This record gives sequence, C-alpha cells and structure tokens, in this order.
Amino acid sequence: MENKGWDEFEIGAMLRTFDGSVDNIAGTKQEDRSYSENSSYRASVADWRLIKPVFNKDYCIDCQFCWVYCPDVSIVSRDKKMVGIDMDHCKGCGVCVEVCPTNPKSLLMFGEHADEETEIAQWPSKDEEK
Amino acid sequence: MAFDKMKLRDIEVWDGNFAAAQALRQCQVDVVSAYPITPSTAIVEGYAKFKSDNFVEGEFIMVESEHAAMSGCIGAAAAGGRVATATSSQGLALMSETLYQASGMRLPIVLNLVNRALASPLNVNGDHSDMYMVRDSGWIQFDAFNPQEAYDLNFIAFKVSEDHDIRLPAIVNQDGFMTSHTAQGVATMDDDTAFGFVGTYKPMNDMLDFEHPVTHGVQTEEDWHFEHKARQHNDLMTKAGPKIDEVFADFKKLTGRKYSQVETYDMEDADVAVFCLGTSVETAREVAKEMRTRGIKAGVVGLRVIRPFPFAQVQATLKDVKAVAVLDRSSPNGAAGAMFNEVTTAMYSAENSPLISGYIYGLGGRDLTKVHLVDLYNELDTNVKAGKVTTPLQQFIGVRGPKLAYL
Repeated sequence: MENKGWDEFEIGAMLRTFDGSVDNIAGTKQEDRSYSENSSYRASVADWRLIKPVFNKDYCIDCQFCWVYCPDVSIVSRDKKMVGIDMDHCKGCGVCVEVCPTNPKSLLMFGEHADEETEIAQWPSKDEEK
Repeated sequence: MAFDKMKLRDIEVWDGNFAAAQALRQCQVDVVSAYPITPSTAIVEGYAKFKSDNFVEGEFIMVESEHAAMSGCIGAAAAGGRVATATSSQGLALMSETLYQASGMRLPIVLNLVNRALASPLNVNGDHSDMYMVRDSGWIQFDAFNPQEAYDLNFIAFKVSEDHDIRLPAIVNQDGFMTSHTAQGVATMDDDTAFGFVGTYKPMNDMLDFEHPVTHGVQTEEDWHFEHKARQHNDLMTKAGPKIDEVFADFKKLTGRKYSQVETYDMEDADVAVFCLGTSVETAREVAKEMRTRGIKAGVVGLRVIRPFPFAQVQATLKDVKAVAVLDRSSPNGAAGAMFNEVTTAMYSAENSPLISGYIYGLGGRDLTKVHLVDLYNELDTNVKAGKVTTPLQQFIGVRGPKLAYL
C-alpha cells in the first residue's frame, strides 16, 4: 500500500472493503468478489502459523462443524461440501481438528513444513476404542 | 413508527440534567447507550422515559459498565446513528479507553459529562478532575455554566460534531449538583425549531451502507498511526474552532442567545480578571461587579470551549489585563494547575502578558464563596500595584489547615 501523507486519506480508523460500490455482495462468493487492496482478504497472514491443519477428503462427511467453528472463516465450503482450507488466513489454532467428529479425523495438525501428500498417505487408521 | 411531540412553555424550570435530557429528545437521538452514575443519571433516565412515553424514536441500550456504554455508542455511531450518553467521574474514568477510540474513529458522539470529583476518597460532588482527565482524548469539550447553557450546548455540540468536515465527538460539561440539580429558568425551543437546528442526521462511512462496506476500528502500527493522529490534531486545531464559531452564530440567529469560545464579562476595561470554568463563573461575575463599586476594575473570563483550546482568543482577551488569577478546580497532583499552564503558555507568546497567578479551589464540591473571590481580587490588585506577582504562583483556596502555597 502506498504510504500517503496525513492529509491524503479518508478520516477515521476505517478501511473500505471494496473500491466503489457493490451490489448483492452477500450473494457473491468470496472468490468472485473484487476486494480492494485494503481488504484483509488480500493480505496473507500465513507466516503467523507454526502448525497447520491437513485435510483428508477420504473421511470427511461434510458435517460443516469445522466451517462453523473456525474463528477466522478459513474453512472453504461450497454448496455444503468441504472444499479445503484458506491457508492465507488460517492461523493454525487447531479448532477444526478438535471439532472434527469422524474416526479417524478428517483434519489433523502437522508442522508447518510437513508434506501434505506424505501425511495423507500415512493417515492414522480407525481408532477401535472410540 | 411515529413519535409524539411535546409542548413546552417558553420558559421551563429545569435543572441541568433535565435540560440536557430534553435536548437529547429534541435532537431525536437514535441511540443512547448508558450506565447510570451520580450526578449524571437523570440525563439518560430522562431520555429513557421520553422513549418509553413515545416522545422519541430511538434505542436505549442498558449495559454493564461505562466502558460498555461508550462501546455501544461507538458501535451505534459507526453504524450510522445520532448517538449520545452521559456520565461522571469514575464512570468517565472507566470509559476513558473508549473515548480515544471514538475520537480516533472520527465518530460524532455527544457525551454529557456532569463534572464530579474522582476518588479516592469517594465523593459525588462537583469538581473538574474528570473533565481534566480526558482533555487529551481528542474530543471537543464545551463547558456550561448553568442549566440554560447545558440545554443550548447540546444542540451546538451535535451540529459541530456531526459536520462532515469535523466528525469529532463532543463533551458537554456541566457542574455536578451545582448545575445538574439546580433548577433554573430555561428558555426553550419548540420541538420543530430545535430539531430543525441540528437537522436530520447525515451518515458518513456508516456500516449500514451495504453498497459501501467498511471496516471501522482498524489497527495501524508505526507506518500509519502517526498520520492518523496528526490528521485528528490538525482538524481540531484548524477546523473545529471556525465551525464552532459558525454554529454559535447560527444559534444566536435562531434564539438570540450568544456564545463565544471565550466568554468575557466586564473585560473591556478590566485591570484584574478571574479566569475560571463552570458555576464559578457566575459567582465571580457577581463579585466582579461589587469590586467595581470599590474602585477595582474587575472582570471575569469563562472558558466556553476547553478543546480545542482557544489559544488566540485567550491571548486577545487577556493582553490588556494587568493581573489574572487562573482557577483550577482539580488537584494537579505535583505540578502547576492545568488551566494555569495553558493560559500562561498562551500569554507567553502574546504581545503583552498580564501577571498570572494560579489557584486550586473547590475540590470535591467545596464551595467557592464570594468572600474567597473578594480576597482574590484584592490580591490581584496588590499584584498590579506592586508590578509583580506578590504571592507564590500556586495557592489553595478554602482548604482547612496551614496555608498551602507553592512555586
């Protein structure tokens, strides 16, 4: 963002989500919205994360628990089907893993640098005790 | 939903709290978010009753603390409503964090601050320590000396604060009990005239404008924070003052009641003057008149606008005066009085400076009597004759025990 002088920006601790006006924004999917440069959607905070969730589609039942509980709206779901995780905004808190009800879980936490395909290949099997 | 209008007599007998509550009703405030505290309670209680009786169309939000009260006001103002509340003393202290949020977010909220001492020891009576505490918070601050002014200044505050060139919140101060609970004749405006003066609220950057979504209360670090604060200070220093003068002029045109950023009484030829705030202004005016019969050309200066501090007007008012007493109704706790410092700073760079001495008085509602003021004017007269301040620069008026004087 350009570093403007004190007299060059709108007053107030305020940022506009879109440049100009928008119509039916609630009915427009995030990926189809033209967010302004000031919108946090355009900023990546991926480097805040130390551990990350990995999603294994094979066990997911699309219950939407993770989508409901994610405090950063970082679970991407379309037509009530879990699509994946918005890794630009996920902080790695692990709430999605905690609330995942499947056995084995469809989401598990790994170190930030873990390889996703490797981890999915050696995903834990069903826990019979539960 | 329609609301009923209220028929008022031309002169009503109101105390300062009820006068302020009536002003909130006549401005048709959309949201009052409030937590009650003595002596300001009757203001928000009054609005709530007007709302329950269908004399106002708005929302009253009952919250769990003053911090939440101002937070509710901030949310409602960001959403795009005309917003007001009231508090005093400890309530203001708890609210203080959010006051900075409101002004930094440039939200036009009107806060009726009924001045009361800050604990400890706990005290419900009037002094100006709460007013002083938030003087750097970025709010415009008006001071009413009586119930009439508490009524009038609310309309003026909304009109200044909500102007799109200003967009800064405003505090209307009145003395706890001395003004808030003392009934006097108040000249009223009828509902249509009063509402016509402030007009329909014009939102700006409101969250309820769904075609232009905004995020309010953003975070900035060393890369942007300074520019935002500089902008706010600039607008207070250069825009708020002229706008206040413009609104004062409009108000005089409408009601005949004249306000100035610095109010002067018998100052045209004054040799000595008392510079003070609140109800003390009225006591000092009476004494000044009496001093003139004793051959002392006495005058009074009352500060109507505390923030932005009317630097140039104070200079112009005091440049031909020989001796001035600046009265602070707040303990400076280890320094010269705050108002003493501000007046002295203004006069330091003026053409001529009077001899300036400072006085601390009236803490916790202690009376400032006419006898105190007679002594004070005589002391100023002594200073004039000696050509120098003959006393320490800081003295205490009306406190028991050995005389206190410093500096």
